[in-house]
Amino acid sequence: MKTKLIFLALVTTTGVALAAPETFDFKDPKGINNAGFKLDAPLESINGSASGIYGTVTFDPANRGATQGKITVATSSLIVPNPLQRQHMLGKEWLDATKFPTIIFESKEFKNVQTAGDTTTADVTGTFTLKGVSKELTMPVKLTYLKDKLADRVPSQKGDLLVIRSRFTIKRSDFNINPGQFEDKVSDAIEITLSIAGASPK
Amino acid sequence: MKRTLRIIAAGVVVGAIAFWAATGANRGWTETRVPKKVVDEVTGLEGVQWQDKFVPGVDFLGAALLGAGILAGISIFVPAKSK
Repeated sequence: MKTKLIFLALVTTTGVALAAPETFDFKDPKGINNAGFKLDAPLESINGSASGIYGTVTFDPANRGATQGKITVATSSLIVPNPLQRQHMLGKEWLDATKFPTIIFESKEFKNVQTAGDTTTADVTGTFTLKGVSKELTMPVKLTYLKDKLADRVPSQKGDLLVIRSRFTIKRSDFNINPGQFEDKVSDAIEITLSIAGASPK
Repeated sequence: MKRTLRIIAAGVVVGAIAFWAATGANRGWTETRVPKKVVDEVTGLEGVQWQDKFVPGVDFLGAALLGAGILAGISIFVPAKSK
């Protein structure tokens, strides 16, 4: 009887451990994580990217719809090829990076969750904060769970990886970024591409 | 002097156009950083690494033409060398 109870306790504990959600840290030591942005105005096209990305996502491989997380981008890490354009972009008239140093997305709910193998697609709704303005936004995401692959990326660490990809569009006018101004050169629509990987060391 | 200024002005125009064309004839603004795509083999993610590189744009051409125009303009007011 005692042996049976110990066995049962072990099975239960292992089961709980296997089903436990994992927390993934998105600070990337390899510098690959990036958020690209594209503004395609009639007179000018602006392409750039941001690399100062950090945050955490809690992901349960057994319940992928319960994924929760918060991803932050340092405004000062936004880069465009032209130095004067970058200076203007980060300046007071546009993003005001000194006053608003971060761009944040915090998830609330995952819907339309579909999983095939390691990959899950869903529509995530959350709060997107840019230049101090917070709006609820829904965007499509693709999550790829790479179990035990952390060592392949960072040889000194064992654990899992979670890759998140998303492409969505926001309007700068919604976030009080010079609404209605210079739209022939700086389009209102900003297409954002998120490509990030997080690690959950064991 | 008059002739020298005009030769320099022509040289600035030709040199600027040649440099602009040789570096890719960028029809946008001058760039001092260019993106280089890198792929992470484990995750398959495509990242961007920015490299310092000067790529002249139309503003560079404009500045060169303006400079050449000023030189040519000055040459008008320089008295011709008496023979």
